[in-house]
Amino acid sequence: MCTVCGCSEGEVRVEPGSGHDHKPQHAHHHEHHHQHSRSHSHEHSHDHHYGLGPARAHAPGLEQSRMVQIEQDILGKNDQYARANRARLTGQGIFALNLVSSPGSGKTTLLTSTLTALREQIPLAVIEGDQQTSQDADRIRATGVNAIQVNTGKGCHLDAHMVGHALDSLTPERGSILFIENVGNLVCPAAFDLGEAHKVAILSITEGEDKPIKYPDMFAAADLLLLNKIDLLPHLNFDVARCIEYARQVNPALQVIQVSATSGEGMEQWYQWLRLNRQNRLIGHATDVSAEARRA
Amino acid sequence: MHEMSLCESVLQIVEEEATRQRFSRVKWLQLEIGVLAGVEVEAMRFCFDVVARNSLLQEAELDIVQPGGEAWCMQCAQTVAIAARYTPCPHCGSYQLQVTGGDQMRIKELEVE
Repeated sequence: MCTVCGCSEGEVRVEPGSGHDHKPQHAHHHEHHHQHSRSHSHEHSHDHHYGLGPARAHAPGLEQSRMVQIEQDILGKNDQYARANRARLTGQGIFALNLVSSPGSGKTTLLTSTLTALREQIPLAVIEGDQQTSQDADRIRATGVNAIQVNTGKGCHLDAHMVGHALDSLTPERGSILFIENVGNLVCPAAFDLGEAHKVAILSITEGEDKPIKYPDMFAAADLLLLNKIDLLPHLNFDVARCIEYARQVNPALQVIQVSATSGEGMEQWYQWLRLNRQNRLIGHATDVSAEARRA
Repeated sequence: MHEMSLCESVLQIVEEEATRQRFSRVKWLQLEIGVLAGVEVEAMRFCFDVVARNSLLQEAELDIVQPGGEAWCMQCAQTVAIAARYTPCPHCGSYQLQVTGGDQMRIKELEVE
């Protein structure tokens, strides 16, 4: 991260919208520390460019060996941004979910089905995280829901700082449900709080029932597990009960809903979960609810 | 590979500290990475070497201590040692455990000049 503005380093891009461009404002010099080459495209003024690397801080002073106690959390900065995001989202009655899964779990299909089913009833918005391309955001926008793509470049997860900037550009409506689709990865996103209300893990039954104990951190961090592609059960050798048992070994409080985005099975339960938890968030936001009632 | 991001955060924190506490080089750095933190220590070492290059951490010796996992067992009403998140209480076999230690990722101490 850049020590001047706190921006994350790397090839992160948030598209489109906000004219937030950090690069020219930096008086200090950024250097590369990685073996891989990084190409930064600067043609598009609407892209977010994060510093190319940590600033070189030179501290003149005594050249005398000494011990320094630091005692700081390595993710302290991320957690600080996450707290700011959470305060902002809570303040606006926005119910934010961080969707995490392996690549290929059917996360985007599940999300597009959800958006299509709920868009007439509830204001919705999506932050779409991928390493490259805006294909998923394009799929989301095809449903008519406002979406912003964040490309993490070489990064394997979204962090709270990227989400903060994405929120600046996306400006979700008060009282909306914000879906943050994380990079497909069952390991790294577990450690990074984005300021969401809940992490929702999506696991498809084509993946193997022991995933919850193979990747325990993610299932420990999640509050809800969507067991997806349940329509394929007759064709697979997947033990649903065993999978749920494993998941609850890691996280006894984990809620589980079995769904199929393709056949629609179980989806109503998931929508019900969304409606109930969003309503819960809206307590104290009476004006938003009445505005919605007027619209309906 | 979030170890790369973690190492970059370490460098950032150390650089901020360098300005505040007036040092220009780190000779030794101790990190505390709990066994339940989801961090691969070998990957961490590899990434540290890459990130440290041309920085005040360049020649720093990296020491990683790995505190063991600890959890509060609801059944036994006591703190128990666990090796992983999916293991039961070693005393009663219950999975009603609340992790209370071993998931930390902290910078502890530096030797600087």
